[in-house]
Amino acid sequence: MIDLEVPRKLGPLVAQARQVADEVFRPISRKYDRDEHARPKELDMLAAVIDGMNDGSDLGGAGATGVHRSADREGPQGNRNGSNLSTALSVMELCRGDVGLLLSVPRQGLGNSAIAAVADDAQRERYAGRWAAMAITEPEAGSDSAAIRTTAVLDGDEYVLNGEKIYVTAGERADLIVVWATLDRAQGRAAIKSFVVERSNPGLVLDRLEHKLGIRASDTAAFRLEDCRVPREDLLGPPGIEVTNGFAGAMQTFDNTRPLVAAMAVGLTRACLEETRRLLGDAGVEVDWDRPAALQTAAAAEYLAMDADYEAAYLLTLQAAWMADNGKPNSLQASMAKAKAGRTCVDVALRCVRLGGALGYGEDLLLEKWARDAKILDIFEGTQQIQLLIVARQLLGLSSAQLR
Amino acid sequence: MTAAERSMGLGLRALNRLAGSDVVDRLGVRGPTERVLYRATRDGFRVAGRAGRTFSAATRRSAPVRPRTTAGGLFDLTPSDEQEMLVEAWRAFAAEQLRPNAAQAEREPLRATFREADELGLTMLGVPEELGGAVSERSAVTAVLAAEALAHGDAGLAVGALAPAAVATALALWGDADQQSTYLPALVGEDVPAAALAIAEPRALFDPAHLQTTARPVAGGYVLSGVKALVPRAADAELLIVGARADDGRPALFLVEPAAGGVHVAPDPAMGLRGAASGRVMLEDVRVGRDALLGAGDPAVFAECVARSRIVWAAIGVGVARAVLDHVIPYVNERVAFGEPISHRQAVAFSISDIAIELEGLRLVTLRAAARADAGRDFAREAALARSLCDRHGARIGSEGVQLLGGHGYVCEHPVERWYRDLRAVGLMEGVLLA
Repeated sequence: MIDLEVPRKLGPLVAQARQVADEVFRPISRKYDRDEHARPKELDMLAAVIDGMNDGSDLGGAGATGVHRSADREGPQGNRNGSNLSTALSVMELCRGDVGLLLSVPRQGLGNSAIAAVADDAQRERYAGRWAAMAITEPEAGSDSAAIRTTAVLDGDEYVLNGEKIYVTAGERADLIVVWATLDRAQGRAAIKSFVVERSNPGLVLDRLEHKLGIRASDTAAFRLEDCRVPREDLLGPPGIEVTNGFAGAMQTFDNTRPLVAAMAVGLTRACLEETRRLLGDAGVEVDWDRPAALQTAAAAEYLAMDADYEAAYLLTLQAAWMADNGKPNSLQASMAKAKAGRTCVDVALRCVRLGGALGYGEDLLLEKWARDAKILDIFEGTQQIQLLIVARQLLGLSSAQLR
Repeated sequence: MTAAERSMGLGLRALNRLAGSDVVDRLGVRGPTERVLYRATRDGFRVAGRAGRTFSAATRRSAPVRPRTTAGGLFDLTPSDEQEMLVEAWRAFAAEQLRPNAAQAEREPLRATFREADELGLTMLGVPEELGGAVSERSAVTAVLAAEALAHGDAGLAVGALAPAAVATALALWGDADQQSTYLPALVGEDVPAAALAIAEPRALFDPAHLQTTARPVAGGYVLSGVKALVPRAADAELLIVGARADDGRPALFLVEPAAGGVHVAPDPAMGLRGAASGRVMLEDVRVGRDALLGAGDPAVFAECVARSRIVWAAIGVGVARAVLDHVIPYVNERVAFGEPISHRQAVAFSISDIAIELEGLRLVTLRAAARADAGRDFAREAALARSLCDRHGARIGSEGVQLLGGHGYVCEHPVERWYRDLRAVGLMEGVLLA
């Protein structure tokens, strides 16, 4: 039966995440925005709480490890509201608190999502309880991730990795870095594999931490891999070069993590709208759902339009997560959600700052910070343009060679 | 699926009506439709003399019957089996009866097509089984699915076909026992009267909460005066529900039988939705009884009516926007410029992506609004948001559709120019449809 409400059974989880956002994240938002590279130690305690949320419930959890396909799992027949949906909902609530801080919660990195998605049982056990960051981007390869130059060469029982990785979220603080490297550049995307590298590996050299527009609570690291030796059992997925389907396996992670990044954007948008509604209320502007927008104040009409785009992004995100829970292919819907949520959060955040005027632009409130945080959400895990490409290729039935 | 789960809000009677219809045979959808039938009867298609019809209650109920609210529990985007089968039949009808007749319907009213549409049992979708309808639970979601499927064929014809259903649904939701007994048997019967929900008035910045049509109380009833715009099938309408300002200044809904006198109808052709055969209705001191007041004149009922109507207009927008997307995809793949299909250019391809994304967002927001209405939750916000998306993205999708075809989009050889005109309506129309 068609119903688009948050299921009752997830109410407690959502309420808990909301509490974390209000009582843990918000009070320290500005502090770690100003103190860019300090480790938010308040989050160590929180990580244990979120681990508990993950373990204590068969509904899946609140964090990055909760996302995986449900198709191959035994479960009750019929409609499922599982860990993809619960994770999306809790990520929305946590990012209503602070996106940068969510990205800094130990053991909830995108590397953890990759491990959850493609690791075998032995690996899953070996990496359990450890915080994993993701290293894909290189100075000369961003959206074009098939063009990466970092190499991996098998030498005895170890792979030797050489190259340069940038924009590694939580790279300084994580325990593990999932590094994408190619076994053979001549063989293109099929030869790209991911390797789990210990942060303490002497061949993994931290170059610098970036200074950023926003999400300053989250460390963004640049590494050099200098003859970095990785045990062969730390390669994720099949070791061979499969010409047909190799890269698809690596990219599969994104189908699961894109709804999460969309959820981050939805949460941030919600924060902006709630704050703006409060400011408008203080200024004597009420939003009337029944009156035509053109008959209300310009501010109320603008709020209504922003709320509408928020709602579309919110439901597109839940749809993508729900499809993953129910084993339905959701690559198209995940990209639609990411595209809509990413552009909506930037658009809404910037408009909310303007509606707030000097108050919105100043540092007394968090609106200006959210507007800075927002921009990354339309960039990482696939830019707006990449999402539009994915959507268009699927709808038009075109290959990446035809629609470049 | 348990027996309890099978007893869905949408009963089998709408399917039964379909099963008895010739339309089903012509469309070749009998197989799936029959799978859930417990009986199939039909006593022949009747064309009654509509001119002499009087609405009267054969049996009178002591209390009104309302569809129950639904009980959800899980996030779910899967329609029920019954909804899926109905949607399949509506889609087939839209493809074979509405789309091919859309161009002709712009020039002349296609009464025969409306007759065919009546066989789909659309008026039964919001009416409880006890009153001869098809449902036990509220079915705004089903109404949304119907509007979406039919509008994919043609928006104007879909609006005309759904107009009597809006009146039937309004009676089910807000009619008292007498009103239900008097009007619903005809509306859910074999010979469905043309009927319409008339709220919009012809002026800029129209606000449904501040109507200029007045209902002046007089001994034994009210006298209605005013002008209603874009009323579908107005010339044929045997029953109207009219929004009018009551004595206290607040809006209310009144049942009006045009045959009773004082109702004048003139053609009201517009930019689009021409298949709906819309007319302008002038009410000149129209006397109605005290029993004509719907929903006891409660302003909350009127506001709910306006919001429910906007939800279905959004669904019409979804159906037309989907038609645009379905049309432009093959076109841009086949149209060659500069040596390759234009779909190979990002400027073109991204436009397709944007249409699809905004369409899907609008569809989900519309469904959420309808599902909340069915569950008895407040849905004013969601209806307003669906309207906002319709207004902005709907119109833009219409424009993009023409743009992608270039000059070919501007000529009537392709339907995209009609969809451009139809999509301008979905964010501004008030009344007419009801979920």
